Amino acid sequence: MSAQLRPAVGADDHAQGPADAPVTLVEYGDYECPHCGRAAPIVQRVQQRFGERLRFVFRNFPLSEVHPHAEHAAEAAESGGAHGREPGFWAMHDAIYAHQQDGPRALGDARLAEYAGEAGLDGRVVLEDIRAERFADRIQRDFMSGVRSGVNGTPTFFINGFRFDGSWDEAGLVAAIEEELSAASR
Amino acid sequence: MTSTPLAHGTPAPDFTLHSTPDQSVSLSDFRGHNVVLVFYPADFSPVCGDQVTLYNQILPEFRRLDAEILGISVDGVWCHRAFAEARNLHFPLLADFEPKGDVARRYGVYREKDGITERALFVIDGEGIVRWSYVSPVGVNPGADGILEALEGLHADASHPAGAGR
Repeated sequence: MSAQLRPAVGADDHAQGPADAPVTLVEYGDYECPHCGRAAPIVQRVQQRFGERLRFVFRNFPLSEVHPHAEHAAEAAESGGAHGREPGFWAMHDAIYAHQQDGPRALGDARLAEYAGEAGLDGRVVLEDIRAERFADRIQRDFMSGVRSGVNGTPTFFINGFRFDGSWDEAGLVAAIEEELSAASR
Repeated sequence: MTSTPLAHGTPAPDFTLHSTPDQSVSLSDFRGHNVVLVFYPADFSPVCGDQVTLYNQILPEFRRLDAEILGISVDGVWCHRAFAEARNLHFPLLADFEPKGDVARRYGVYREKDGITERALFVIDGEGIVRWSYVSPVGVNPGADGILEALEGLHADASHPAGAGR
């Protein structure tokens, strides 16, 4: 069973890298998931390695029953995207993962607003969005697309539309992406 | 190799198993509703954790499709209780504990050599008939997409008596 990404990556997605890159790496992630926290710098190194040959897309998969702050963290990142366009989203995404292990309040609403301020966003607006759960529909849409695509935990990666079932350490991701690149150049 | 999982179209064997130290659950309790039976190898193993966490998170989807979800493993009730508390689970975990693996054997998903169940999914309709099943490699979390598609197939089947509506 090779689980397939649906819907495919589209204009609504948060993406880094060219839309016509030969390889697209999609992550379904939860901001409070420690494994996702470990994956974040790995993904960054993989992005640096492949440069313009790789597009990276992040979709929300908050497992709020086990991670009570995951939903609000996702709201904060989406709010960053709404007010600071794509750079705002990615600044929040990176800040949340960078601070994830700071302590029990690291992903509390107040801290999320601080990260927004540090990213040059208006922390009060982000806080209002979090409290209003303004992006709940979008987050839920991401989540259900993951369920339908065969996401089975976090993080789950898809490479060019197919679930990556290998080990997501740096070597594993690099090998899988290189395989796609050589298939694309054939 | 294990035995073959129960074929689609066969009646699902009824069973009564403990869900807590003082409560039991029977498959026949759910007659008139769809049931998703989730056999998994063990409480607390990392893959199972992700699997039950995922199903727990999408309980509203299962309810929308008039389905109850039941987890089954050979772990005992106290272990199940600790696992359910640790993961904040809102669906029953049944103990196929004594005689060990008896229900899994009747569904053809017991691994005699390992003393645990396969990682197996069954969708049973409101009349108690097995309508879909899937046995995953024991180390691979099968996700939820197959279950939801199977339940939607039942829902779309007009000849099937509707349950709680949509």
